[in-house]
Amino acid sequence: MADTKTVAPKEGALERFWNWLTETQVWVSVFRHGRPTTDRNRVLVMLSNVFLHLHPVRIRKSGVKLRYTWCMGGLSFFLFLNLTFTGLLLMFYYRPTLEYAYTDIVGLREHVPLGIMREMHRWGAHAMVITVWLHMFRVFMTGSYKPPREFNWSVGVIMLVLTLLLSFTGYLLPWDQLAIWAITVGSNMARATPFLGHEGPGASLLRLGDVPLIHAADDARFALLGGTFVGEGALLRFYVLHCVGLPLGIAVLMAVHFWRVRKDGGISGPL
Amino acid sequence: MADENKPETPAAPPPAAKPAAVPQATTPAARPAPPKPPAASIPDLAGKTTTAASPGGAAAAKASTAAAKPAGAVRDPDDTSPLLTRRAWIGLSWGVFSAASAAALAATGRFMFPNVLNEPPQQFKAGFPNEYGMGVDERWKEKFGIWLVRTPEDYAQHVSGFYALISVCTHLGCTPNFLSAENKFKCPCHGSGFRTTGINFEGPAPRPLERARVALADDGQILVDKSRHFQYELGQWADPESFLKT
Repeated sequence: MADTKTVAPKEGALERFWNWLTETQVWVSVFRHGRPTTDRNRVLVMLSNVFLHLHPVRIRKSGVKLRYTWCMGGLSFFLFLNLTFTGLLLMFYYRPTLEYAYTDIVGLREHVPLGIMREMHRWGAHAMVITVWLHMFRVFMTGSYKPPREFNWSVGVIMLVLTLLLSFTGYLLPWDQLAIWAITVGSNMARATPFLGHEGPGASLLRLGDVPLIHAADDARFALLGGTFVGEGALLRFYVLHCVGLPLGIAVLMAVHFWRVRKDGGISGPL
Repeated sequence: MADENKPETPAAPPPAAKPAAVPQATTPAARPAPPKPPAASIPDLAGKTTTAASPGGAAAAKASTAAAKPAGAVRDPDDTSPLLTRRAWIGLSWGVFSAASAAALAATGRFMFPNVLNEPPQQFKAGFPNEYGMGVDERWKEKFGIWLVRTPEDYAQHVSGFYALISVCTHLGCTPNFLSAENKFKCPCHGSGFRTTGINFEGPAPRPLERARVALADDGQILVDKSRHFQYELGQWADPESFLKT
């Protein structure tokens, strides 16, 4: 019998192109590993990517079970990313001044192309508050606050407060009657703070002789509003807090929160 | 840590007498032993940054003891020991850094209190008394947030004259409206009702409207000063500054 020679089938054009592409310098420098078809490459995908490396390489089957987790934490994070993106787009057309604030919001609906960013942002904000509460409820009902997860629970509570503050500061920005009076009512609580509010207990004790240290133009409420009533100072301050200050804070806490979930044994693990 | 203890055992034997046959046992036992006398600790450490076992170490220990005591004392020109130990330097740096950080934090806190406010002035002249009739006048409500009220007999002071009510509802801070047909102030937010005197009589308002200071300016005009408030429930409506007698 003649020797049979194995001949590799001739590669198609697409396959040759792909092989060439995945060996170019650009490709190899971006993707440091092969496709995640082997266990080694699956690990490398997680380890070599900054966005993915907060995640574990593997999770338990119960981690994707909706009846265990409700996925509310993940939904909250997804909504946060959504709100960040729509918020960023809104910032291109909104000016936080007394003269322009209200008309710019109307313009975002009437004049701006794809004018649903304001609605998406507002609905997303409502939805995020709901998902955050449901997430907290789920964590409580599954006992996922017990040791070693107590610290993460506390971080989560702070994030809840920050979420509500984000809603509070964002509410003022349309500068309509609903916004102004809601913030007036809400910020009036600050003037009753003990010692730091000019109408609170103890404020009259803080004085140098005849000069009061805490008064309507010099208390916690004044620092919050940048004025004695909700005006241009409050609008600008709330804008900065809403777009930069509070998101930075909550993003840092999110990193801590996700890290702690991973380090404490992964999502939806047995207690 | 181990380095500190090894030269220590021959130099200062631990009070608990341990047989020399078990050197390994002595070294861990040396750690819980009572500490070295405190006066010697810093120079001891300084001595160890050279080599404690070497003769230079002992000399350095003696020299730095002398140098550490009086600040500004004359040092021996041949003294090469450090002015401050590494630990002292780092401690000093941390101290300065902490102080600077605290100062920066305080400055940031002060930054949040603006010095300049774009708000209507707290004091203003409201025209001459003969320009006003009896009852509630709304001409300054929008601009300055007060109602100027003229009465033949005041609720608190029982004379005729003017008082200024601050148009902020005492419930949660909304601006009430004056309903002239019913001669009362009514807050649109939660329905608090106030008489023209300012006394609350319906709704969730817990106390009467506040009065602002009123006086007669030099040119005979009414001067309204919102920087001082007078509250009825504190008995402050008896203050002559809260009412302008005419």
